[in-house]
Amino acid sequence: MSDAHEAVIQPILTIGPVFRRWAVALGAVVAWAAIAWSWQLWHGLGATNLGRPIYWGLYITNFVFFIGVSHAGTLISAILRIVQAEWRRPITRMAEVITVLVLFFGVGNVVLDLGRPDRALNVILHPHFRSPLLWDVSSITVYLTASSIYLYLPLIPDIARLRDRTSGWRGRLYRRLAIGWSGTPRQWQRLERAIGVMAVLVIPIAVSVHTVVSWVFAMTIQPMWHSTIFGPYFVVGAIFSGIAAIITAMAIVRRVYHLERYLRPEHFSNLGLLLLVMTCLWFYFTFAEYLTTWYGHEPRELAVFNAKLSGPFAPLFWMMFVSCFVVPFVILANPRTRTIAGTVVASISVNVGMWLERFTIVVPSLSNPRAPVLTFMYRPSWVEWSLMAGCFAAFALLYMGFTKVFPIISMWELEAAAPVPVRPVVAAPLPMGVRP
Amino acid sequence: MARWGLVIDLDRCTGCQACVVACKHENNVPFSTPETARGGRLMTWLQLVAADLPGRPTASALPLMCQQCDRPPCTDVCPTSATYLNPEGIVAQIYPRCIGCRYCTNACPYAVKVFNWTAPDWPDAMAPMRNPDVSLRPKGVVETCTFCHHRLIAARERARAAGREIAPDDYVPACVATCPAEAMVFGDLSDPHSEVAALAGSPRAFRWMEELGTQPKVIYLREGE
Repeated sequence: MSDAHEAVIQPILTIGPVFRRWAVALGAVVAWAAIAWSWQLWHGLGATNLGRPIYWGLYITNFVFFIGVSHAGTLISAILRIVQAEWRRPITRMAEVITVLVLFFGVGNVVLDLGRPDRALNVILHPHFRSPLLWDVSSITVYLTASSIYLYLPLIPDIARLRDRTSGWRGRLYRRLAIGWSGTPRQWQRLERAIGVMAVLVIPIAVSVHTVVSWVFAMTIQPMWHSTIFGPYFVVGAIFSGIAAIITAMAIVRRVYHLERYLRPEHFSNLGLLLLVMTCLWFYFTFAEYLTTWYGHEPRELAVFNAKLSGPFAPLFWMMFVSCFVVPFVILANPRTRTIAGTVVASISVNVGMWLERFTIVVPSLSNPRAPVLTFMYRPSWVEWSLMAGCFAAFALLYMGFTKVFPIISMWELEAAAPVPVRPVVAAPLPMGVRP
Repeated sequence: MARWGLVIDLDRCTGCQACVVACKHENNVPFSTPETARGGRLMTWLQLVAADLPGRPTASALPLMCQQCDRPPCTDVCPTSATYLNPEGIVAQIYPRCIGCRYCTNACPYAVKVFNWTAPDWPDAMAPMRNPDVSLRPKGVVETCTFCHHRLIAARERARAAGREIAPDDYVPACVATCPAEAMVFGDLSDPHSEVAALAGSPRAFRWMEELGTQPKVIYLREGE
């Protein structure tokens, strides 16, 4: 019965030489990062190139970036599920996996940034709820829990299917994870209901997460951090980089596992359109944010503004603008370039640009403090770059690992849709007395 | 309850930096080199900065330390209450509780909180010179001026041993005790008869960046009037 989706199941059960080579290469990067981390634990944060007044740098940039990308999955998949966009079926799982995995690296970067990671639990032992960092801890914990459940629930029927055709450690693992799934109508009814509830629940949680991340900055009175627009601005940026991450992951999975039958050009085109909408929204927010700062002419704000637009951070700022707006807009606005290759180029550009945006939010404000203390030009150290590379490599490794244990495409959801339910497109009946 | 405050008369200040040295020595603040200072690793609780003050044609030398705000932006954001405002208005820091997230250092508009990027490097010859009343900070925590809080504890114990109330001269931070130009005055702002309270009401008095609502208890007296 599962033969229909043999193309999805085969990559799970077989591990080829290409996979091994990539796993070794990525594992080497992770091992190098582990050495760099030990170095930092031994020498303290002196191993970074941070200093007064630039107390935050690459790690906090990565924290905001990863938490942003985590909006890929749960939020997008939940929204598409709720609006019953049928084309979402083959892509929701790979999006949800991004969310859950990348959240660990978001949180992990905060731990990397701590002067005393050994005391990290003090935020639970001695919590101070007036601190936006505590709001972050609370909201990210809830999000991680909710999105893990939201990833797991739709996995159950697929796990049960794998359980029925494997033995050994896999069989034992699937038997445990399938929690007795036998596909009775009652079980289906409960599952659908639980998924429906989680899809609704997860949306406000996801919005809260990146809002609170932005508040870590916005609640201070530092120039160009203290902004009321930051909450929605960060959420928009998060969804923006999240969609870009899904498209990139989709393209890789499609090519590596030959899933062209499932991930078709219209998936890329549809997500590309969504990305285009977010590109325009991102431009709108950025324009509004920078125009108000410039027009207001407050000297301290203007110092940061100038540092970004024409000062030492100008190359990074304009690179961000080109890769967050110009490149994706030009590619995605034209249906002829909104192809698979086009959307992938736009997505990679957006991901690079959004990382730069996070960097140019964190560092320039700190580089231009109100007090006239000596400041300097921050350039991350080899330890910081190594740990960043390690995070990306470890994420890729875990994602690859997931595809070797679980189906990256939700098989039962595809079957539930096939044959595609043809909903007759009829105009809704008009209320009495209203003429068309 | 006392509200400790510090008045600095910029007209009297000669910029000799004796207070800077006294502070460093008193509080076991680790050493820095010009190279480390250029990378933002200068360890200091008190330093002279060139500040543009209203009405002055050129920058003024401003002795800058923790402004001991009554509404400190740093204590609000601390996730573990490692930095907090104590009942006498001193912004305190619990070193063993600090997780080193450096949120307080970023929230402070005066940029006066410093972080121990590495373990302090004490030259052997200097180790015996350390002040036994002040704890050494480990790597990875934030520190800043405490108005020489250990001196308050010592003064209170001395007064209790002598069976009397603490007198104004009993508790004076190291910078104030050292200032050769007598430009610094320390005392209880809540005592209307204290010298600091009188000076704080002077027409020359201003609190730096008070427009931010931080309500500092370090008060400067404008120069050139």
